[in-house]
Amino acid sequence: MIIGFTLNGKKTTVDTRPDRRVVDVLREDFGLTGVKEGCGTGECGACTVLVDGEPRLGCLMLAVQMEGRDLVTIEGLAPEGGLHPLQEAFLECGAVQCGFCTPGMVLAGSALLKRKVSPGRAEIREAISGHLCRCTGYQKIVDAVETAAARGGKKEKTE
Amino acid sequence: MKSSVPEIGRSLRRADGPSKVTGREKYAADHYGEGLLWAGVRRAGIPHGRILSVDTAEAADLPGVVAVLTGGDVPGTNRQGIVHKDQPVLCREKVRHCGDAVALVLAGDRETLAKALSLVRVRMEPLPGVFGIDDALAPGAPLVHEEWSGGNVLLRATIRNGEAEQALEACPVVVEGTFEVPPQAHAFLETENGVAWQEEDGTVVLVVSTQAPFRDKWEVSHALGLPWDRIRVVGPVLGGGFGGKDGATVQCLLALAALHAGGRRVKMWWDREESFLAGYKRHGARLHYRLGAREDGTLHALRCRLFYDTGAYAHLGGEVMALGMEHAGGPYRIPHTLIEGWCVYTNHPVAGAMRGFGVAQVSFAAERMMDLLAEKLGMDPLELRKKNALRQGDRNCAGVTLTASTGILECLERIGTHPLWVDREKWKSQAGPFKKRGVGLAAVWNAMGYGRGLPDSALAKIELTPEGRLRLYSGVSDMGQGNATAFVQIAGHLLSQEDETIELIQPDTARTLPSGSSAAGRTTYTYGNALIPACEELRRRIVGRAALMLLVDTLDDLELLPGRVRHPASGREVPLSVLAATMTEHERVCISQFLMPVVREVPGTGKEFRIGFPHLFFAHAAHLARIEVDELTGTIEVKDWLAATEAGRVLNPQGFEQQVQGAVAQGIGYGTLEEVKLREGRILTPDFAAYILPGSLDVPEIISLVEEVEEPTGPYGMKGVGEVGANGPLPAIANALADGCGISMTRAPLTAEGVLEALRRKRTPGAGETS
Repeated sequence: MIIGFTLNGKKTTVDTRPDRRVVDVLREDFGLTGVKEGCGTGECGACTVLVDGEPRLGCLMLAVQMEGRDLVTIEGLAPEGGLHPLQEAFLECGAVQCGFCTPGMVLAGSALLKRKVSPGRAEIREAISGHLCRCTGYQKIVDAVETAAARGGKKEKTE
Repeated sequence: MKSSVPEIGRSLRRADGPSKVTGREKYAADHYGEGLLWAGVRRAGIPHGRILSVDTAEAADLPGVVAVLTGGDVPGTNRQGIVHKDQPVLCREKVRHCGDAVALVLAGDRETLAKALSLVRVRMEPLPGVFGIDDALAPGAPLVHEEWSGGNVLLRATIRNGEAEQALEACPVVVEGTFEVPPQAHAFLETENGVAWQEEDGTVVLVVSTQAPFRDKWEVSHALGLPWDRIRVVGPVLGGGFGGKDGATVQCLLALAALHAGGRRVKMWWDREESFLAGYKRHGARLHYRLGAREDGTLHALRCRLFYDTGAYAHLGGEVMALGMEHAGGPYRIPHTLIEGWCVYTNHPVAGAMRGFGVAQVSFAAERMMDLLAEKLGMDPLELRKKNALRQGDRNCAGVTLTASTGILECLERIGTHPLWVDREKWKSQAGPFKKRGVGLAAVWNAMGYGRGLPDSALAKIELTPEGRLRLYSGVSDMGQGNATAFVQIAGHLLSQEDETIELIQPDTARTLPSGSSAAGRTTYTYGNALIPACEELRRRIVGRAALMLLVDTLDDLELLPGRVRHPASGREVPLSVLAATMTEHERVCISQFLMPVVREVPGTGKEFRIGFPHLFFAHAAHLARIEVDELTGTIEVKDWLAATEAGRVLNPQGFEQQVQGAVAQGIGYGTLEEVKLREGRILTPDFAAYILPGSLDVPEIISLVEEVEEPTGPYGMKGVGEVGANGPLPAIANALADGCGISMTRAPLTAEGVLEALRRKRTPGAGETS
């Protein structure tokens, strides 16, 4: 069936079986391999995409559920060639090691920062608790979200 | 941290950061292709059995199926293995663990593949199984490998120095204990996978998530009988490895699939459950210890018997045990040691390399012994460790005189002055109702490099491109640890170029040069040491060419700058793009090899180890854990962590800290949560719902203290830091538990159930051993 949705800011359609997983459609039909698969059972968070601004798991969502929705993957978080402030902070704070959890972590963190201007470290840990990272021990990821939040706050004050 | 000329000793943004944070980085799993086929494996499903027949007809008849292959279709030896070639690509006669491969299917899509795999009819006669160390060593036990001369014992070895048995008799204070550790899963987020195809000239190309692309070539060549020069392995950055991708996973299966794919690309990507079933594990082990000291706390004698369960195939089992034995005494002076090891085959999943290679296991036992000894002596556990800590020039428990940098004492001293240690009694006294607080220490070490018998070599290659930029050819995989960034740092520093202008080529057997595996904490040390002379030579050539072009008489008068060479006296410059265009490829490319030094005075013991013993270099760390235990639930909450680490000098402080924090997190998982549970060879923890990894709420803020002790042979004085941090958490938490609750746990992980049971036994008068 033909499914219409918005993907990284552009309206698009895909002709596919309705019961394919979103992670497969995005990776295989759209080449958006920044959507990672780590477990396929909703345990690791690597396949996170933003659906209408909320983090959702691409491995637990079927193609038909994209109909009419607004999807953002890591590739579309920032304008082409640019970086989202949280991506900047990930680089600066050393929050990236193998990088396989990174897209999901960044998307989850960006959603948190939309909800909350300056979350505390405990809140940040809570917000990413559905995401597994095997490399970092999480600390630098928390640092990055905190850093981006601090910058966002500063920007707001000066505006 | 904008693009800049890197400095040594200053944090540098990761070279792979921008591509990873934007989702652009292509891991092996991200490779697809037109007309892609999917390959999958039918696995044994039983732990031990004789194959009676494999009927492929029904599967092969399914529309969309391209090929169904069995053991008989494997050309070559059908044998893989790094040291012992005992692991079939596809089993012919028998299966030795549930994850053994019996048939390989190629299909046009994943749904067809799944259906076809279920249609392969495998008839097997179950055989009595070997489900643990005692089973393996029992008289008359079933044999996992009938043809192996050692029965179920893959390797039996002894390290002996002095007269441990007599010396123990003479010790006024002796402690003993038996400890058990379970298998641990690497649980990298990118599961084992790759894509392969055959080119028109017959070359088989593999793009695979691997820690050892050059060794993979040999494996595939040997197992499938393909000419070595007709195999190309491309190794993109990995979504984690930790040892689990050091050795054949999908490689031989994929290459075999490619031979039957008619030039089409074939993709194999194990799902999480298959990764648990068929992937390598950290060795489960049982460790018996007796440690004796003099009245003043001077360690005098150690006797231990170590048993490692290597599962169905040898893989690196003997080498893992060798490292465990070499580290069995901890980073201490012990004049008399008798360390015996048995590495046994069982019908369990295959065990292999994992961060802390054999050492994470013994660190638990050795460091519990130290605390038990301190208790018995009435000594402070930190003072006991400091008193016995190895120094340069001492002989370690394997009888090797330490000639290289040895910084364990410094690490312990740093811990000793830190408020988390100094204020511990006050902190413990502030525990709330039904809570107990404890503080535990661990002093750990980890060897770097392959050890004697297996040359630890790297060949670095650096190019000035015709466009005047640097291109660095890394022959050793970056599984996430950041070695590639260290290479960029070194090259940028020596050649005065900004980090972001340097192009990095990841391992590719057709483009880069053999530099060994991404393992053993060796990548930056060995490749870095090769890279330095290559860069220095390239620098001389660049400046030399500039001298010709600028008509300058001596090289000293020229300055290499980002993108150009300058003659400061005259202010004249030549851009590297102009300069490079005048050079031939021979002039623009520099290559250099480095071989890691080895122990010269080899002790007269441990002769059973053919390779990988002994080691010359060690990283050291002292860890401090502060935990809070809920007496009602048994739950351990790790509140604070302090890690003081010595691994020579630090090239990149941020990269160093990444390694420490990540290793501690994995170690906390090993210490409190993680266990590959098995019942009669079957995995009871097949996914992340059952196999629990530490999450963001389980890992505390980790304070990483750096204790720099120059290692003169290292590139800029460094040693590998990747592994040592994984060895500390289990013993530190176990020691904290003993400190806070007075319970001595001997079986890892230290789960809430286990703690609760131990607390109950402690309350019950006359209760026996805790477990």
